[in-house]
Amino acid sequence: MKDLTPDPNRPLNVSRRGFLAGTGALVLSVSLPTRNARAQGEAAPVDAYLALNTDGTATLQSPFIEGGQGVFSALAQIVGEELDLEPSQIAVECAPPGDAYKTIDGARFTGGSLSIRSSYTLMRTLGASARTMLVQAAADAWGVEAGEVTTEPGTILHEASGRQAGFGDFAEAAMDMPVPTGVSLRDPVEFRWIRQPLPRYDVRSKSTGQAEYSIDVQIDGLLNAAVRHAPRLGLTPSSVENLDEVEAMRGVHSVHMLDGAVAVVADKFWQARRAVESAKIAWEAGDSNYPMPADFSSTEFRDVLRAEAGPGVEVEAEGDAPQALENAETVIEAEYDAPFLVHGQLEPPSTTARFNKDGTLDLWLPNQAPEMFQGAAAGAAGIPAENIRIHSQLLGGFFGRHFLYADASPFPQAIQLARATGRPVKVLWTREEEFLRDANRPMAVARFRGAVDANGPAALAIEAVGEAPIGRWYGASPGQDGSAHEGLSGKPYAIGNRRVGHVFVQNPAMIGFWRSVGHSMNDFFYESFLDELAEAAGRDPFEMRHDLLEGSNRHRTLLETVADLSGGWQGTAFDAEGGERRARGVAMASPFGSETATIAEVSLDGGAVRVHQVWVAIDPGQIVNPAVIEAQVQSAVALGVSQTLVEELVYDDGEPQARNFDLYPILRPDQMPEVHVRIVESGATMGGVGEPGLPGVAPAIVNAVANLTGQRVRSLPLSKYDFG
Amino acid sequence: MQLNVNGSTHEVDVEPDTPLLWVIREEIGLTGTKFGCGIAQCGACTVLVDGQPTRSCVTPAEGLEGAKITTIETVEDDPVGKKVVEAWVDQQVPQCGYCQSGQVMAATALLTQTPNPSDADIDAAMTNLCRCGTYNKLRAAIRSASEG
Ligand code: FES
Ligand code: FES
Repeated sequence: MKDLTPDPNRPLNVSRRGFLAGTGALVLSVSLPTRNARAQGEAAPVDAYLALNTDGTATLQSPFIEGGQGVFSALAQIVGEELDLEPSQIAVECAPPGDAYKTIDGARFTGGSLSIRSSYTLMRTLGASARTMLVQAAADAWGVEAGEVTTEPGTILHEASGRQAGFGDFAEAAMDMPVPTGVSLRDPVEFRWIRQPLPRYDVRSKSTGQAEYSIDVQIDGLLNAAVRHAPRLGLTPSSVENLDEVEAMRGVHSVHMLDGAVAVVADKFWQARRAVESAKIAWEAGDSNYPMPADFSSTEFRDVLRAEAGPGVEVEAEGDAPQALENAETVIEAEYDAPFLVHGQLEPPSTTARFNKDGTLDLWLPNQAPEMFQGAAAGAAGIPAENIRIHSQLLGGFFGRHFLYADASPFPQAIQLARATGRPVKVLWTREEEFLRDANRPMAVARFRGAVDANGPAALAIEAVGEAPIGRWYGASPGQDGSAHEGLSGKPYAIGNRRVGHVFVQNPAMIGFWRSVGHSMNDFFYESFLDELAEAAGRDPFEMRHDLLEGSNRHRTLLETVADLSGGWQGTAFDAEGGERRARGVAMASPFGSETATIAEVSLDGGAVRVHQVWVAIDPGQIVNPAVIEAQVQSAVALGVSQTLVEELVYDDGEPQARNFDLYPILRPDQMPEVHVRIVESGATMGGVGEPGLPGVAPAIVNAVANLTGQRVRSLPLSKYDFG
Repeated sequence: MQLNVNGSTHEVDVEPDTPLLWVIREEIGLTGTKFGCGIAQCGACTVLVDGQPTRSCVTPAEGLEGAKITTIETVEDDPVGKKVVEAWVDQQVPQCGYCQSGQVMAATALLTQTPNPSDADIDAAMTNLCRCGTYNKLRAAIRSASEG
């Protein structure tokens, strides 16, 4: 395929009938250069596949995984727009592993709020090319000029002769057409489906229990396994004292000592679980690349982070912050921190593994990166990656949970048990076992030093202290790891003297990506401290931000929009209906290519904070589906409120103190604020949608709390404090 | 023991303390009812037992003989359940969808018992967790189902 790509934007017809067996007539593969490849001046293939079916429908292989963020529906909307086919007529499936689907700088994953923005042009080009080929096929058959042939949704028309046909009638013939070069894309003013709040395709199946997830996979001859994990990584089972008893329990097939876990395989999961719970396991020191110290305590680790001296590797600087701070009459200092968090996706992880007679392996599992899991599974199984079929399942929530982390997924256990038993095995982790092996949002500390004049901040020096997931999992060194400092760096405010440094401190816990990653805490740190600076300067925090955004109309517009949405900025506490005292706080964030401005309104309920309303103005540059964006902002706000109010994973003696939602509460329905969203489509480069709604929430709430109570919270969650 | 699930009688041979959730999922083979926490915290496993929303992960199968158990698979056979599902689709409630079987069952029980619930009624009845944060859409859907 590679040498057939003279024009990097030109889709290639690689099907030649049946490239994807049984999918119908036309299969397109588009090769586009990745950003890296472009930089190297050479086109690397990035392929997506579209099949036109003879019944007039189409099937799209998605490089991305659906987990509730609406990506499948959005892709159908984009392709349908250019293909001229109702999006509801396009079935979207998660593509199997393949280099063809590595659409993000030569990699494939669902994350970074990148799916739509990274593939928008590709998907439009695919749709437009397929439409052109259908038109050409019909024109040839009818003996007319292609220029006289038009389409209406699903239909090809020749007005002069009154001829018309369905797309399915020419699906076969279109396949033999040359793939056009330089297809023109629709003028956005003519969009029928892009920019419309179309319903998502999977809502009915999810409202009737028909949607199937990894946990629901059923195959012939399946055995079920339950595990007990070592209480911390680095321990492994030495014996099961009551092995005979466990083996004799009802339904039990076999008991297995795995790396860092004991597994019971049984006919039914519940039998396996009951048996493994009854096992009396002795643990001993074992091997782990990430051993958890037996005395690890998150409270003490926070002190370690606090004690680590700066200034760290410089990641952003302007003017001379150290000098300006040195010269300043008054320097304001503050230290902020945020705790470990779990993902808490509602579907616990599971994997079904089946070895086949021909030596191949099938895996059904949740994942955000099929090729990476395929590669890791090859290592675990000791067979070549191409002999492993990855069946990526609908995700029961993810939020970063299903990237590839060490020791954090059940697939190596499933592979080992399937091999040991000679039967297909499904491993399901209970919530308790999941809490022991989740890759946490890392704990981090940020130190601020700032100086103000009468207008506001004159100098700002920030140190981000800790370890972040890009460094851990992709080898980015301190200074290169944006996930450590995003949200402390990249802020839009015109502060003449500023410096941001990353002070690396290795984190003994298993850490991972959590919705909005570094932004999930860094914007809380920054935007809270900005309010502290406003107070020091005697300025209203909204007005001061507005001034600091001079020179960026995009940000000013957004800030004005959220104020307008909330009925006008209210900078002082006020009495709500019924006499309850309330206050508001504001924050901005620039996450994942989008911009947000957020206002939150709070009151006190006893000694606890109650969040009543959250207003979010979001500018993703360009949009595909406003209803999906609104839903994603609602969802991100919920997670943002949750981490602000109640979430904190505490480690003592190397073990998480919570193992389920009883001791690790997540946001309840009666804690959910009203959420008001306004989308601003500025026309800037398309940004992400899944994560950007989150980062502004914590600082807006905490700033509102400071406004209401005079107390500045520098450590989350708010449930640690009694404001009574 | 014999269990009446969705109008049919099933003979199941399980340890008496097996949670109803696993009887439904593994013995009867209906997987629309989900496992989230196993300790009555999340509500993903909600089914109706004689019309009462019940967290099946902590409800032993023994003692349910003679009870009428309804799961998400037949919720649309009930006129209120059907209205709830339609409202869920209209309001585009689900995101990942994993909690939604339980949410639909809880809402069906609520609207069967209280056709026009107050906000306080909704707060009291709708306690299932949703990590995707669909809470506002859930509430809107219950409102529209109660009006429709
Ligand atoms: S699985 Fe039953 S309440 Fe969570
Ligand atoms: S829709 Fe995902 S948990 Fe509720």
